[in-house]
Amino acid sequence: MISLAARDIAHSWSKYVFTGIGLGLLIGVTLSMAGIFRGMVDDAQVLLRNSQADVWVVQKDTQGPYAESSSLPDDVYRSILGMPGVQQAANVTYFTMQVQHQGKDIRVMVVGFKPGQPGAPPSLVAGRHVTRSHYEAVADVKAGFKLGEKIRIRRNEYTIVGLSQRTVSSGGDPMVFIPLADAQAAQFQKDNDAIVSGRERTAANPAFNRPNVPGLLEAVQMSQTTSHNVNAVLVQVRPGWDAAQVAADIQRWKHLQAYTYADMEEISVKKLIATSAKQIGLFLVILTIVSTAIVSFIIYTMTLGKIREIAVLKLIGTRNSTIAWMILQESIGLGLVGFIIGKTVSTLWAPAFPKYVLLLPLDAVLGLLVIVVVCTLASVMAIRAALKVDPAEAIGG
Amino acid sequence: MADNTTPAIELRGLRKRYGSGDTAVDALKGVDMRIAPGEVVGLVGPSGSGKSTLLKCLGAVIDPTAGQMLLGGEAIFDEVWKVKDLRTLRRDRIGFVFQAPYLIPFLDVTDNVALLPMLAGKSNKDARRRALELLEALDVAHRAKASPSLLSGGEQQRVSIARALANNPPIILADEPTAPLDSERALGVVKILNDMAQQHQTAIIVVTHDEKIIPTFKRIYHIRDGKTYEE
Ligand SMILES: Nc1ncnc2c1ncn2[C@@H]1O[C@H](COP(=O)(O)OP(=O)(O)OP(=O)(O)O)[C@@H](O)[C@H]1O
Ligand SMILES: [Mg+2]
Repeated sequence: MISLAARDIAHSWSKYVFTGIGLGLLIGVTLSMAGIFRGMVDDAQVLLRNSQADVWVVQKDTQGPYAESSSLPDDVYRSILGMPGVQQAANVTYFTMQVQHQGKDIRVMVVGFKPGQPGAPPSLVAGRHVTRSHYEAVADVKAGFKLGEKIRIRRNEYTIVGLSQRTVSSGGDPMVFIPLADAQAAQFQKDNDAIVSGRERTAANPAFNRPNVPGLLEAVQMSQTTSHNVNAVLVQVRPGWDAAQVAADIQRWKHLQAYTYADMEEISVKKLIATSAKQIGLFLVILTIVSTAIVSFIIYTMTLGKIREIAVLKLIGTRNSTIAWMILQESIGLGLVGFIIGKTVSTLWAPAFPKYVLLLPLDAVLGLLVIVVVCTLASVMAIRAALKVDPAEAIGG
Repeated sequence: MADNTTPAIELRGLRKRYGSGDTAVDALKGVDMRIAPGEVVGLVGPSGSGKSTLLKCLGAVIDPTAGQMLLGGEAIFDEVWKVKDLRTLRRDRIGFVFQAPYLIPFLDVTDNVALLPMLAGKSNKDARRRALELLEALDVAHRAKASPSLLSGGEQQRVSIARALANNPPIILADEPTAPLDSERALGVVKILNDMAQQHQTAIIVVTHDEKIIPTFKRIYHIRDGKTYEE
């Protein structure tokens, strides 16, 4: 027996290819939508992964440092280092700002870190790590900077010495890593007018401006313009120690908030998933319904166009199941053409999206399964119409 | 050879009523007919006289209301259907030729013919060999690989006759097979039907209005108002 479906598709291939392209674009949009969702989740997770931390220590009663702002004195890390089970503890700062690159504004997240400590940029794709303690930076490739270029952060210029990849904030903004001291200065730095007026205010205060204590006014003014705060302390625990236990100890003894990796996921990833999963999920459901309607309509119309042939096939003794199988195969065939086109276009256009689009093979497999189910459902109407065809119609009046 | 004791087709008091009550139409009112193997008979009658209805009953696509139908002496209908699987009956024992050729557009000429033996369980190779034999006999083998839509009307009709013959059925039902053809081609088709009937001992009923071909039949059934009269 020959495959009636294959012959029919080959005979009207142009119709199949064109409807397949239409369906394929729709499937491409659906897969991209899923990819955007996965990308958002991955952005949130990659931030945690890149930190290389087991415990995040932040200001008490805050959900910092990413979901809420948090500020800690920068000497806290020393006392944390002395606690049992702590291998490493390092200060980090995070702040988001606009930087200029070739006349364009780019939003970046500036990370202040200590080289070789948690919070430092992970493996680089080009250049080297920061080795000097001032005015060098590592930037994410997405920020668009090249090695050797200068980036201006507040009042200082930094030379890009290395490029990292997939180092983004939970919002998807590329990161720029600079030495901690510079970052602290930049983050809490006041503009010149504020400094001048602040100095004047201090100088006008007789408590600080004492003629018989030389140097006091200068020291006070200095302490007001430099910062001794950071946003979080990233902690790595010793092998064999339980991160949750270490976090609980820090929380109890230091009157700080300490989160484990799982806690941080709860704060940044789960909430994100909870809100956007519904949004995107609903979108995917609508797209699936639309695709089903389109495939149904196409297959139904194509079947109605073959009513006379179907009557003849029945008259000469073709089984109903053979005819139903033909329609089902054509429907699934159309879905497969659409899937191949959709998978191709979604892969091709993914890099063009400003935000990260993560196309998981699992999503593609799921998509394929959904398409097979959708095409099966879509063929039901057409199959019913075909089974109702009376073989007597072939004989006519 | 024609065998008087066992006709290929025998109808006894065949009736068909469409609908019921006030709107009922008695399309066949007791039709009797005997056709021997190898015989080609004409069935002529005015519009609405019941010709198509008769072919549909014989073709097992509508249910007669009463009477008997025998194929090769076997009662296939005796007030009720006597065979369970009408689909297989149509496939293996009845060939159909229509006014329009009704070829399957997405199969090439060979497979249009080979489809029937394939449906009957023959291998693709055997089915195609059988199809080519028939196409050769009907003089359309040169178009064997073509798509049916590229054939002339006469060629298409010959392909549809080849299809009707593909499973070597004992009877062929032809409904106005020459209507769209000019007289030369129409006579060609009738000659083919006669040759095939001779060669394969097939009984053929040809429903026609066509004045050009009516004189070619040795025997004609006239049908009027649901009843047949033999000429
Ligand atoms: N499905 C049907 N339901 C009701 N009445 C029908 C049906 N089919 C045919 N008839 C009626 O049965 C009678 C016989 O119809 P039939 O189609 O057999 O005629 P015919 O001889 O083939 O005519 P024509 O030469 O016009 O094709 C007509 O009166 C017709 O109106
Ligand atoms: Mg008719």
